[in-house]
Amino acid sequence: MMLARVAENIYWMARYLERAEDLARLIKVNANLTLDLPKGLSPIWGQLIAITGAEDDYASRDYNEQSVLRFLICNQSPLSLLSCVSSARENARTVRDVMPREVWEAINTLFLQTRERQQQAISKRGRFDFLVSVIEQCQMIAGILAGTMNRDEGYTFLRIGRYLERADMTSRIIDIRSANLVPDATLTQTTYDNLQWMSVLKSLTGYQMYRLEMQTRIQRREVLRFLFQSQFFPRSIGHCMSRLQELLSTLPNHERVLVATHRIKRQLDNADLAKLKQTELQLFIDQLQVGFGGIHDDLVEVFFSGLGAAKTLHPAQHQEQTG
Amino acid sequence: MSIDWKHYDVAGLYDEMIDSKGRPRPEARLLADYLATLDADELNQLKASADLAIKEMGVTFTVYSQEDGSIDRQWPFDIVPRVIAKREWDQVEAGLKQRVQALNLFIDDLYHDQKIVKDKIFPKALLSKSKNFRPQCVGMNPPLGIWAHICGSDLVRHSDGQMYVLEDNLRVPSGVSYLLENRQVMKRVFADLFGDCNIMPVDDYPSQLFDTLAALSPRPADYPQVVILTPGIYNSAYFEHAYLAQQMGCDLVEGRDLVVEADDCVYMKTISGLARVDVIYRRIDDLYLDPEAFNPDSALGVPGLMRAWIAGNVALANAPGAGVADDKVVYTYVPDIIRYYLDQAPIIPNVPTWRCMDDDARSYVLEHLDELVVKPANESGGYGMMIGPAATKKERAQFARLIKADPRNYIAQPTLNLSTVPTLVDGTLAPRHVDLRPFILSADQIQVTTGGLTRVALRKGSLVVNSSQGGGSKDTWIIDTEG
Repeated sequence: MMLARVAENIYWMARYLERAEDLARLIKVNANLTLDLPKGLSPIWGQLIAITGAEDDYASRDYNEQSVLRFLICNQSPLSLLSCVSSARENARTVRDVMPREVWEAINTLFLQTRERQQQAISKRGRFDFLVSVIEQCQMIAGILAGTMNRDEGYTFLRIGRYLERADMTSRIIDIRSANLVPDATLTQTTYDNLQWMSVLKSLTGYQMYRLEMQTRIQRREVLRFLFQSQFFPRSIGHCMSRLQELLSTLPNHERVLVATHRIKRQLDNADLAKLKQTELQLFIDQLQVGFGGIHDDLVEVFFSGLGAAKTLHPAQHQEQTG
Repeated sequence: MSIDWKHYDVAGLYDEMIDSKGRPRPEARLLADYLATLDADELNQLKASADLAIKEMGVTFTVYSQEDGSIDRQWPFDIVPRVIAKREWDQVEAGLKQRVQALNLFIDDLYHDQKIVKDKIFPKALLSKSKNFRPQCVGMNPPLGIWAHICGSDLVRHSDGQMYVLEDNLRVPSGVSYLLENRQVMKRVFADLFGDCNIMPVDDYPSQLFDTLAALSPRPADYPQVVILTPGIYNSAYFEHAYLAQQMGCDLVEGRDLVVEADDCVYMKTISGLARVDVIYRRIDDLYLDPEAFNPDSALGVPGLMRAWIAGNVALANAPGAGVADDKVVYTYVPDIIRYYLDQAPIIPNVPTWRCMDDDARSYVLEHLDELVVKPANESGGYGMMIGPAATKKERAQFARLIKADPRNYIAQPTLNLSTVPTLVDGTLAPRHVDLRPFILSADQIQVTTGGLTRVALRKGSLVVNSSQGGGSKDTWIIDTEG
């Protein structure tokens, strides 16, 4: 049976890898979107800081492209791309013995290259290549894991970490990105609305899949349904929760965590997204994020403490159980 | 410019590849001929691809320094392998087995009847001052009577061509992962040579180690629960701990992952609660193993571990207390120990050594500090030693004081002219000093690694091969020229 600490490290490794990949996608799409917006709409970079929840750590008052990018990519704070990759590597380092060797090598390479090329990432010219290569390397690592790792508890915790992080990041992206980009009075409101929802989808690499599944033009209601409730799109919160339900049910002592996951899934299914105004939507997302935090806390207590479901196992009791 | 071996200056030393007349030794001929076809660019290219392989494989070791804390450095590797003829190696292997067998009998005797002390072969005074004798272990009978299951002995070749044992590491010897990784790197970089030379494989070690550990299990089971106990990722040998766990398919645990319950059994914390552990390959020093029995401040160990071991509910490798024979003064008695327990002549000689606790030897050492290497009895990693010819007057005076203050703690040896191996330096091949650390496994049988870890002093003229002190390593090829 897998060591509790190892399960926890694999879980965190997966979370950090997912976070790094999602951050890279987000920055890349944002950079493209900037090119389409009227000059002077700089808050768009500030939004990225808000998505990572790091407003308080952002020392500069200036939300210009350079300083935001430096913060998101190279910063020493635990929320930058470089920190995510570095934390993924630190977690991988401690579980090197349970993963195929190629995985460690790939994560190590990802870290070394990200560190080496971080300056290039700030410049307009080098940025695209840099971000694409981070995304590709994360995808490659996921591919190596899928192709070579035993389908044991380790792989289960890897996927649990990935889906929980993905659900969380998706919710953050919707949260920030759904706020209005441009003042209501602007004549060109509709055009930018479309651009905005398209960019939400693109941040999640969901534009094409949206078209395929929803068979309709880009509009708020359908995009929200797609991102919250789709069972087919692998980055939708609904999909992530369904996978979590399946994964958790294969583990011992899963009752409590599974109940918490069911609860979130029900909230998602029952939500009447079309009726949610912007502030209500944000409230709904806040609720979801509290739920994700709850799942994490339960995972820590039940699986990562190493003491199993019965939190304080009495020695005598233990003998009875094993005897 | 390719190298012409006739102009390779062995400078009166013993070179492992080229003899004193500039001719390649028979077992190294194919390799030497191959190297001679390469120019500086090609050599540098090989070096670059080896470095890249090491970087990608994440082979690292950790160095402590006061300024920077702990840093993960890449493993410094030289692409030119060290070659040993199989015929010579067979002798060395027999000598190592003999040595470890005698050392295990010696340790077991010390913790029981102390016959060797009663028979006046080994002085009692030495034992009472030994830092690594553990009174807690007296009377203990570890499985199979073996205390040192994993031993790393350092061998050097002097300019007389003879191999000597420099020291035996019986506590937590490290380096075997680099031995295995060096071979992986060489296979990537020198793929074409492996087909032509009869190089003996080294990959068996992890399964041999697992069998050795499994043989110690207190519960008869097909799949005993074997774990490796590591101090954690900041330990300099963490890479190796993780590597061996991975290769053996066993769990890598830290002290906080284990718990000793009221039944005196050891359990590990898993995702479904506690699970019994049978064998622990511990890579933590004795004194940090169990805060109840030893250092109460240790956060690395497991409270109650000694209790579980003494009750026979868990096996520890190496056994606590095995380090009593890992002492540079005890080392000087090993030839006597071999004769006493096995009634055999030692196959591999010791380096001639002065024990500073003997009055005559001490005065000789104090008079010849500028020629000798002085070592403390219980340090490893090249720390706390003085190389006379390279030391300043001040350092020599300091060591004279140290020796007089605590003679039992010091030995001295002649400064050996360690043998050399061609090493890539600035695009050309130059001789650099090497030693060799083979690993010996003991349980129901004794097994020795094929060759060992060759460590090389990368600075010109330097004799210090420790990775923590600017040394590197090479692959070691045992070549069968007769097969």
